[in-house]
Amino acid sequence: MITLKEALTLSSDELEAFKNELRKKIEENSEINAYIDVKSVGEGVPIAIKDNIQVKDWAVTSASKILQGYIAPYNATVIEKLKSAGLTPFGRTNMDEFAMGSTTQSSCYGKTLNPCNKDCVPGGSSGGSAAAVAAGLAIAALGSDTGGSIRQPAAFCGIVGMKPTYGRVSRYGLGAYASSLDQIGPMTQNVEDAAILYDIISGYDTKDSTSADIKTESVADKLNASRKLNIAVLPKYVQNASDDIKKAYAKAIEALKSAGHNIIEKDLMDPKYDISAYYITATAEATTNLARYDGIRYGHRVEGSNLQETYIKSRSEGFGDEVKRRIMLGNFVLSSGYYDAYYVKAQKVRHLIKDEYEAVFKEVDLILSPIAPSVAPKFGELKKPMDMYLSDIYSISVNLAGLPAISLPVDKNAEGMPVGLQLIAKAFDEQTLFDGALSLEKEFCTILPI
Amino acid sequence: MFEVVIGLEVHVQLNTKTKLFCSCPTSFNHTQNSNTCPTCLALPGALPVLNREVLHKATMFGTAIDATINRTSFFDRKSYFYPDSPSAYQITQLYTPVVEHGKLEIDFDDGTQKTIRINRAHIEADAGKNIHEGDISKVDLNRAGTPLLEIVSEPDMRNEDEVVRYLKKLHSIVRYLDISDANMQEGSFRVDVNVSIRPKGDEKLYTRVEIKNINSFRFIQQAIEVEVERQIDAWEDGVYEQEIFQETRLFDQLKQETRSMRGKEEAADYRYFPEPDLLKAVIDDEMFDSASDIPELPDAKRERFISEYGMSAYNASVITANLEMAKYFEKMIDEGASAKNSVTWLSVELQGRLKNSLTLETSPVDAATLGTLVKRIDDKTISGKAAKDVLDYLMQNDSDVDSVIDKLGLKQVSDTGAIEKMVDEILDANPDKVQQYRAGKEKLLGFFVGQVMKASKGSANPQAVNEVIKSKLA
Ligand SMILES: [Zn+2]
Repeated sequence: MITLKEALTLSSDELEAFKNELRKKIEENSEINAYIDVKSVGEGVPIAIKDNIQVKDWAVTSASKILQGYIAPYNATVIEKLKSAGLTPFGRTNMDEFAMGSTTQSSCYGKTLNPCNKDCVPGGSSGGSAAAVAAGLAIAALGSDTGGSIRQPAAFCGIVGMKPTYGRVSRYGLGAYASSLDQIGPMTQNVEDAAILYDIISGYDTKDSTSADIKTESVADKLNASRKLNIAVLPKYVQNASDDIKKAYAKAIEALKSAGHNIIEKDLMDPKYDISAYYITATAEATTNLARYDGIRYGHRVEGSNLQETYIKSRSEGFGDEVKRRIMLGNFVLSSGYYDAYYVKAQKVRHLIKDEYEAVFKEVDLILSPIAPSVAPKFGELKKPMDMYLSDIYSISVNLAGLPAISLPVDKNAEGMPVGLQLIAKAFDEQTLFDGALSLEKEFCTILPI
Repeated sequence: MFEVVIGLEVHVQLNTKTKLFCSCPTSFNHTQNSNTCPTCLALPGALPVLNREVLHKATMFGTAIDATINRTSFFDRKSYFYPDSPSAYQITQLYTPVVEHGKLEIDFDDGTQKTIRINRAHIEADAGKNIHEGDISKVDLNRAGTPLLEIVSEPDMRNEDEVVRYLKKLHSIVRYLDISDANMQEGSFRVDVNVSIRPKGDEKLYTRVEIKNINSFRFIQQAIEVEVERQIDAWEDGVYEQEIFQETRLFDQLKQETRSMRGKEEAADYRYFPEPDLLKAVIDDEMFDSASDIPELPDAKRERFISEYGMSAYNASVITANLEMAKYFEKMIDEGASAKNSVTWLSVELQGRLKNSLTLETSPVDAATLGTLVKRIDDKTISGKAAKDVLDYLMQNDSDVDSVIDKLGLKQVSDTGAIEKMVDEILDANPDKVQQYRAGKEKLLGFFVGQVMKASKGSANPQAVNEVIKSKLA
């Protein structure tokens, strides 16, 4: 597959021919189920779009039955930005329903397979975008990351996935899961492409009050792999990970050392606190964000004999189990009598996590961390919801602290499954993040061929 | 004996051009659902952006009630399902409202005042409207997202009279500030009443019952009366604990009773938490300074009228009670009319002639015209009686004061020579009465004046006539 950088040099005729080829290839590989459907709008370099980013005149459904029949009447800010940079949305990719999940199994369109091993999950929730890029069915894709939903599937499928600093990329037009954590980001074949796509979609947006009103410098044209950086490693923190991950982690440290970086050992608090703070915050926000899906104005409606019955029937039929579970959790933590014990406490923990990162970043430029505790599990391996929630231990603190992070493949295990790790930078220091990632990428082969 | 304890929540629709969190216009008398966008329809992915004009108006109100202005306030989500609330949560300010701890003075007829404390005023988004047509219900979201200022008083009122005085004062303040149209019938000034009772002398607050959305002062009075009666009856029958619980009730004007909106068991849990789509709302120095510079308020205007025009406290209260009246009055003064006559001619003569939904703003006689008319009375060009005819004429016909005076031949004769001539004629014609007067029957003065006025067909200046007769008979 040509890279994004190469694709940007193609003429419009060459792009048209390429898109026809791509369409054919997607059809031939429909078994992977990376795409929900393929629809091109206008000229430009085709980019795969996660099904929760609004593209005007497309059915945009967050992979949920409750949004069947809904046609988006407007473009997300990132889509406007793609278009003005000569790119075009090309097909919407599968995902966990409302981005709630780590395996892309909860989609109403069926599960997506991991192109590296079809018995394995592609990760989630941006599993369709990750699988499309990994299977050579997309030059690049957009995903969204609330608790690792870009970085974890990128690691599972062996591609690069980047979550920008909270506020760097406009959320306007992103179907919300958890407003204070969600961030759109690039999913690409290599680090440089991620930087190019990041430059295109980032920047202040008056339509998103939480977008950062600061100047966003481009990073791709300033990429510098030879910068010598102070990089924190977390020996104790990594203990909960599988042997595959530990092995890759050790290799990466050696690679960074040989590239001339300064390695400093640090520690972070027990990630069990991250899990609690994350699931309380995310479900509280999600409960309210998903309350608008009531069957009244748009989407799936089941007529009841009265208003309340219409609500209950529409929502009972429209939402899947995992979404219902999180709606109930969110309602519980916000209900009177529990609010202080759960929600308020979770926000305090969130502050502690932020402070802890800030303290570490006083001494280092980047942190090297696992992104998932293991390689992609086989379908059915994570039986209980709690198993899935715990698989998020390494990804969610980054969202809670609003930091930028990038996941990239650094190894393969004995079965040939990719192992990804993540670098984390301080808020708004994407340049250092990409510089470090490029340096690490140079030490290994870029994309892992299937 | 019981004491009644009342607190009020007033929803004032702020008169901004655009909605609270999107740029849709706030005028909602348009085609249903035409003033809507992804944000106020709560489409997937749409986000709110604060209209800072709302913050400005809220700060003006905070200044007017001498409140604490929170230079940094926050928004919260209040969750409930209803079709007129597209996102199924209302964006409001629970934890840190923009305005806190204010106060307002209510005025009694005897000139005394009472302070009603205002707990808070917070910004929130209005809902749309549900329209029920037989078996189907429709939703119009033109109003959804219109900015509201919810003004919450402390439970400082003790009877319906104080409630109405508080509401009238509050109404006049928001009108003086021009932050709301504050039209009760159109729903831009909506009142919820919280009522409880307690034995006199007891300081404890008992169970409060909320009565929602009552759209006139009269109905508010009635609603309070019947609700207080219900609560007292329950107390006296020994069933207060069972029958009176914290709930929302609706007032039925026809049956003159309050009715439970939802049962006790369905008490709402709004699951408030901070709105993650909005940052803190900050009032910067520039906004604070400009919003603190508010127009003259009713109380200040009243005091000024008393001291500047020597008005009675009562008249000053009448004239300043509403902004339109005060503005009208000041325009009359600008026209050169005397304050004393302006008060009467505005508050009695003109007001008495405004019928069939005419208001001061739609009156066929504007302030400049009425001011001119009063001026003609002041300088004795016409008599007060003649002026009534002029005003009657102008209420029906488009013209100006001086033309009407000419046309109706109402110019008053103040020329002493002409008056003396008429007086002489009358005195000559009534020698017996002249004699009686001189013998001490001074009541006959009125008779002579009446005769002269009659002879002049009302055009003589009665005061001048009076003086001439007195001097002739002296
Ligand atoms: Zn709107």
